[in-house]
Amino acid sequence: MSTPDGVQESRAAWRLGIITPRRKRIFFGLLVVLGLVLPYLVYPVFLMNVLCMALFASAFNLLLGYTGLLSFGHAAFLGTAGYVTGWLLRSVGLPVELGVLAGTAVATVLGWAIGALAIRRSGIYFAMITLGFAQMIYFLAVQLPFTGGEDGLQGIPQGKALGFVPLHNPYALYYFVFAIFALGFAVIYRTIHSPFGHVLRSIRENEARALSLGYDVERYKLVAFVISAGLAGLAGSTKALVLQFVTLTDVHWHKSGEVVLMTLLGGMGTVMGPSVGALLVVAMENYLTGFGDWVTVIVGTVFVAGVLAFRRGIVGEALHLARNFPF
Amino acid sequence: MTAPTATGDGLILETRHLTKDFRGFVAVSDVSLRVRRGTIHALIGPNGAGKTTVFNLLTKFLPPSSGAILYKGEDITHERPAEVARKGMIRSFQVSAVFPNLTVLENVRVALQRRLGTSFHFWKSDHTLQVLHGRALELLEAVDLAGHRDTVAVELPYGRKRALEIATTLALDPEMLLLDEPTQGMGHEDVGRVVELIRRVAADRTVLMVEHNLSVVADLCHTITVLQRGSILAEGPYAEVSRNPQVLEAYIGVAE
Repeated sequence: MSTPDGVQESRAAWRLGIITPRRKRIFFGLLVVLGLVLPYLVYPVFLMNVLCMALFASAFNLLLGYTGLLSFGHAAFLGTAGYVTGWLLRSVGLPVELGVLAGTAVATVLGWAIGALAIRRSGIYFAMITLGFAQMIYFLAVQLPFTGGEDGLQGIPQGKALGFVPLHNPYALYYFVFAIFALGFAVIYRTIHSPFGHVLRSIRENEARALSLGYDVERYKLVAFVISAGLAGLAGSTKALVLQFVTLTDVHWHKSGEVVLMTLLGGMGTVMGPSVGALLVVAMENYLTGFGDWVTVIVGTVFVAGVLAFRRGIVGEALHLARNFPF
Repeated sequence: MTAPTATGDGLILETRHLTKDFRGFVAVSDVSLRVRRGTIHALIGPNGAGKTTVFNLLTKFLPPSSGAILYKGEDITHERPAEVARKGMIRSFQVSAVFPNLTVLENVRVALQRRLGTSFHFWKSDHTLQVLHGRALELLEAVDLAGHRDTVAVELPYGRKRALEIATTLALDPEMLLLDEPTQGMGHEDVGRVVELIRRVAADRTVLMVEHNLSVVADLCHTITVLQRGSILAEGPYAEVSRNPQVLEAYIGVAE
């Protein structure tokens, strides 16, 4: 797989001193402040939706942007974790934290099972194997009684964080979700910038060469896949908690496509790209509901126009622009 | 140049009746190679002679149809490529094998990194890799690339990419180097530089190289194996091989 252009742009930005450790700290500091203030300015449920999808897309980008693997079945992890968390909170009555953790754990194990088979192939075959498994998960979600089938799994109680913070309060819930997002994002960020992340990058750049240097590339790909699946699961569990329901759309292949779209739109292989893409897509879906079925057409048009005009994705293009107009 | 004297167990790499059959097309047929430790051994032959296939068989990038491969007396016929690499036999590629969007320093560092044993540590900061910079720069120094440490590899001219590739390979301190056409596509000065480099690194290593530039092979290699249509046509030092009438007919006629 060829290297995504966003990667080149982030590298250039580092090299040219557009991104420096200091600027990075300031940038993330500002983001945290913004994240803390924002629920008082914007509808919190919308924000939480964005955070969940941003985490989902960032987890996906760990594979696509940093390992060079295009998974076309990531909805399986999002949806499965959502169903597991929803069922555990509603029907078993587990505390919120445990419910979210359990959903994440199940997605991680599922990621290991699917990943172990899928990584034996690459390119389009890899994508199709992941899609095939995701379709099986979809089938299970339709058939199994606990998912509620076509009706979905509804009425998930939000409970109390740490046993005393009532999460039905939208602000409390928001900060809970924000903390989960920050944690998940930090894990992804660290993974990208770890010794392991450097090996992943070398695999993406030249798999045969990485192999000839003595790296068992399949094992590295599998670990990346499992981390990505687990964090996609964390996003799904959190989303179930936010919306209080899980439906078949969460395991449908549309969702797997949507996350590709968000990542490409925002800029694959960039740290912030998937989050920006998620914000854009969720915002369109939310604020354009008045257009009914036309939303899909509008989102599709924006995607096509975006990818044609901004080949590197929004963040990739922004970095490219900064390269030409250094500050 | 005199070859180190061969002793009974002076072999580092040996193949026995190696054969590769691509659905009826026999690319490599009954090749029994014997590479002595500490020598520079060349594999030559006209296009389509099966040199690269032999190479891919040796490094386990292709499974053989039959025959055996022994490295340091151990049967590696069914090992995986990464395993063979960890045993100290490292290959290069015909098209230059750098990591294009990593910097020159990072290219070498990735090779050094495996020894730290932290390559699966996704929770550690990449600042922990800085301990490798000293060694990486030494290796770059050896191929005149230290001044380009922060250049992205894709931006290097071709000859320099090959030099970077060799530095990356040396980072693993391999006992045996397999070079696939190391001077291919190079200008005259670059060829000279790479030949010098190979001679230098071969001082305490074994090198097996595929090459079709005969002048390179003549000066550099102790033993030459000539392949033709998948089989060994002749083997021996350059002086001997280059007088072999069959070789002259099959190969020298093809070269300039």
